[in-house]
Amino acid sequence: MNRPIRVLVAKPGLDGHDRGAKVIARALRDAGMEVIYTGLRQTPEQIVEAAIQEDVDVVAMSILSGAHNTLFPKVVNLLKERGVTDRLIVGGGVIPDDDIPFLIQSGVEAIFTPGTSTKDVVEFITTHVKRQ
Amino acid sequence: MNIEDRLLAGDKIACARLISMLENNEKEAEEILKKLYHKTGKAYIIGVTGSPGAGKSTLTEKMAKKLREEGKKIGILAIDPTSPFTGGAILGDRIRMTDLSLDEGVFIRSMGTRGNLGGLSKATSSAIKVLDIFGCDYIFVETVGVGQSEIDIVKMADTVLMVLVPNMGDDIQAIKAGTMEIADVFAINKSDLDGADKTKLEIEMNLDLNENKDFRPKVVKVSAIKNKDIDTLLEAIFEHRDYQMKTGNYEKRRINNAKQELLDLAKEDLINLIMKKAVENDFLNTLVNEVYTRKKDPYTAKEELLNLLLN
Repeated sequence: MNRPIRVLVAKPGLDGHDRGAKVIARALRDAGMEVIYTGLRQTPEQIVEAAIQEDVDVVAMSILSGAHNTLFPKVVNLLKERGVTDRLIVGGGVIPDDDIPFLIQSGVEAIFTPGTSTKDVVEFITTHVKRQ
Repeated sequence: MNIEDRLLAGDKIACARLISMLENNEKEAEEILKKLYHKTGKAYIIGVTGSPGAGKSTLTEKMAKKLREEGKKIGILAIDPTSPFTGGAILGDRIRMTDLSLDEGVFIRSMGTRGNLGGLSKATSSAIKVLDIFGCDYIFVETVGVGQSEIDIVKMADTVLMVLVPNMGDDIQAIKAGTMEIADVFAINKSDLDGADKTKLEIEMNLDLNENKDFRPKVVKVSAIKNKDIDTLLEAIFEHRDYQMKTGNYEKRRINNAKQELLDLAKEDLINLIMKKAVENDFLNTLVNEVYTRKKDPYTAKEELLNLLLN
C-alpha cells in the first residue's frame, strides 16, 4: 500500500484514563500511520461519525470501565447501519478473557489486553486492514 | 450511485472518500473535480493560523457553533504535521471539537501535511473544493501550528485569522515579517491571562505603521475555552469580508489565488515530468555525482536537466 493507513483511536464510555490509548497512538504513528485521536468519553455515535468523516481504515477502541460488551458491538452495528463494512475494528483495555469470544463474534476482530506489545498491534493492523 | 452523485446528494461517506482519494493522488478523484469544478466558489473560506497550542481548534469549534445557530453548513479542515521520518502523524484537532461531532451540518476532516511545508497539506486546496461542492457555506482551514513563515494559507483563504496568546514575545516579534503580515484579523486568545492588553497594544502599534489605511485588521481579545467574545471575533471577520466585497479586493484575491494554484499544480507536474526522464539511464545520479565531485557546477547541471524536457 503506498498510502498511510488511517486509524481512529477512540475512547468510548466514561472512564477517564487514556494513557494506553496514547501509547498505542504513538506506536501507530511511528509505524507510519495517520492516527486521529477522538479524546475521552465518546459515545458510539460520535465514534462512528468521526470514523466516517475521517474515512479511516481502522477503528481502534480502548476501554477500561468494563462496558466493552455493550459499547464495542454498538460501534460495529452502527457502522453496519450506515453501510460501512470495509473497516477493521479492534479493541483493547482491561477486558476479561471470558468476554473475548463474544466480542470477536460481534465483529471486533482483535482484542488486545494489558501486556500486549505495541509491535503486535501494529503487525495485526498492517496485515488485516481491509481496504487497499 | 457513483461517488460524484452521492457527494452532490450530501452523502458524508462519499465526501470523506473523495478527500482521501485526493490525498492519495488518485487520478479518478481529479477527474471528478474536473467535472464538478464549476460548482465551487460559493463557500467563504476562513484560514485559522497561529502557533501550536494557541487555541486554533478550540476557537474554530466555538466560531463554527455560533454560525450553526444561523443554520449555516460548516466544513472544517484541520491540518497537523506528518513525521518526516516515518510518514506517520497524530491528528489531534478533533479532540477540541467534540461539541460539533454529532451536528448534521458540520463536516470535520483531519489531514496530515504529508511532507508539505507552508502549514498546509498538498491536498488541502482540493479538499476545500470538495467541501464547497458538498454545500458548505463556510469552510474553516486550520493550519498546523506555525512559526514565522508558513503562509500558504493566504493562497486559499478569503480571510486569514491569526490566533495569538499573551506573552509569546516582545514588540519586536510583532513587527517581524512573515506570518504576522498575512493576518486580516488578529485574535488574542486566552485573554484572561496576564499580558493580553500588552500583546494587543503591541499588535496595534505595529498596525499603526501599515501603509494601507483603508483597511486595518481588527485585534480582538477572546477566550475560546470560556466562549467569550466569539461574536465580536466573527463580526471582525465579516467586516473584513464586507470590506473586500465593497472594494473588489475579494475578486482580486481570488484571481490571485487561482493563479497561484495553477502555477503550483503546473510546478508539481513539471517536476514529475523531469523526474520521470531524469531517472532513465541513471541520468540524475550521474549529474548529481558530477556536481558533487566539482566536475560540473549546479547551474549547468540544471540546464541539462531542463533540456530533457525539450527532447
